[in-house]
Amino acid sequence: MSPALAGLAYLIAAVCFIVALKALSSPKRARLGNAVGAVGALIAVAVVFAVERPDNLWLILAALGVGAAIGVFAAQKVAMTAMPQMVAIFNGLGGAAGAIVALLELGGATQATPIGQLAVAGFTILVGAVAFSGSMIAYARLQELLTGRPLIFPGMRWLFSGLLAAALVTGAWIPFGAPFWVALALTAASVVIGVLFVLPVGGADVPIVIALLNAFSGITVAAGGYVLGNSLLIVAGTLVGASGILLTQLMAKAMGRPLLNILFGAFAGGSTLGATTVSARPVRSAAPEDIAIQLGFARRVIIAPGYGLAVAQAQHALRDLADELQKRGVEVLYAIHPVAGRMPGHMNVLLAEADIPYRALKEMDEINPEFRTTDVALVVGANDVVNPAARTESGSPIYGMPILAADEAQAVVFLKRSMRPGFAGIENELLHDPKTTLLFGDAKDSLRKLAAAVKAL
Amino acid sequence: MDTVALLTVLVLAGFTGYEVIAKVSSTLHTPLMSGSNAISGIILVGTVVVAARADSALSVTLSLIAVVLATINLVGGFVVTDRMLQMFKARKAPAADREAAK
Repeated sequence: MSPALAGLAYLIAAVCFIVALKALSSPKRARLGNAVGAVGALIAVAVVFAVERPDNLWLILAALGVGAAIGVFAAQKVAMTAMPQMVAIFNGLGGAAGAIVALLELGGATQATPIGQLAVAGFTILVGAVAFSGSMIAYARLQELLTGRPLIFPGMRWLFSGLLAAALVTGAWIPFGAPFWVALALTAASVVIGVLFVLPVGGADVPIVIALLNAFSGITVAAGGYVLGNSLLIVAGTLVGASGILLTQLMAKAMGRPLLNILFGAFAGGSTLGATTVSARPVRSAAPEDIAIQLGFARRVIIAPGYGLAVAQAQHALRDLADELQKRGVEVLYAIHPVAGRMPGHMNVLLAEADIPYRALKEMDEINPEFRTTDVALVVGANDVVNPAARTESGSPIYGMPILAADEAQAVVFLKRSMRPGFAGIENELLHDPKTTLLFGDAKDSLRKLAAAVKAL
Repeated sequence: MDTVALLTVLVLAGFTGYEVIAKVSSTLHTPLMSGSNAISGIILVGTVVVAARADSALSVTLSLIAVVLATINLVGGFVVTDRMLQMFKARKAPAADREAAK
């Protein structure tokens, strides 16, 4: 295949990717767009085989087959609630692949290789390895293999700064004839940097880190494209990088804190390090039947779902309760906080899985004025996103984060597993408010009981 | 391709990406992440290039590992995004459905 023809095919693939992203502006066309993107990827992969005509074709095809089988299996198998973990792993693997490409390019570099290309290869290794190890830590945290609270140890800040400095020095050495072990050292340092980068970020801030790591893997692809002189990789990587950075900004804005504070707040002490003690102050809990009366005779109920809903896989039970309420003529709306759940837009996906029409899902700015005229705010497995401390207590780690105004509703009902504080580890005043009622238990279980009780009214 | 041409592509793609993605509705932020994540799996093209040029046992092994990882990212990413988007249906509220059924 001639280079011009290949370039043309890569251009078509790049346009497919842009179409795929553009289609995401409407849920109606999004699925078709995704298919267009996949076709673009298929074209690009076919072209690279036609251009390279590899001698070890069958080996490469076998590796491709293994990867595709694993990918399809994992993607089909994963529960919607575990989606953030899955995306984190996929993201990490992409970053690792990019770092390996750059490492091999460095290994095969000759005297004739331009300095710029070598420098960018070093950069690709750094960003790709950070995307890899950072994503793995984010995965471990989301899978609850690691605690949700920030993990820091004495001297971590110095280790992090030291490694970063070492990575920059080795990275700067690479273009000037450094031996190959330097590239390996850079790889190792970058992997550790990625770990130290994500460990101190508190659980509540994980959505932001995932978006940022997504941007990193995009940047890895773009930089790798520069190293290989491949325009498609540059376009695709840049698109992903831009999307990751944009999402990161949106998330940081939704948390009301500057990005640097979110990422390095724990290093400076404080930040998302909250109280971990269980409060002994009294709360009012009630039986499902009592709460069913409250809900069943309301004119309007706003449901504020959070990660607890995902953990309990309770989205279908929630839908059943909403159906029962709607049968009785109760208006049911859903208030979606931008950082509810563990990744941007997580709640929307879960509720969509339960066939809840996306038009009933209201964004924070849209729904907040409605709480005042709402009879019951039903908070399901959420905590920090309705915590008034974000508005009132300047010392609180979540101070300044825009929250759902659930406290303005006539009454508030919390479905909670226990009195343990939320992912960010901060106590919630709203739980002790006289107009608040709690129903303890697993969210799915509680919702089923409530639906049955409403039906029996 | 020379450096300036590649840089031109980079900058224009950056602006295009930002403009396109700024219009994505917040309802679809998770599919956006997994979809863009799938697109970054196109590093597969790069891994095939290095695998084709690999000449030592070590570089062949490493590059094949990279091919596997990138393919998981690419294929898994598109499949999982499709699974998600399949669920977003523009339907009327259930109450309205029942009204219509009567």
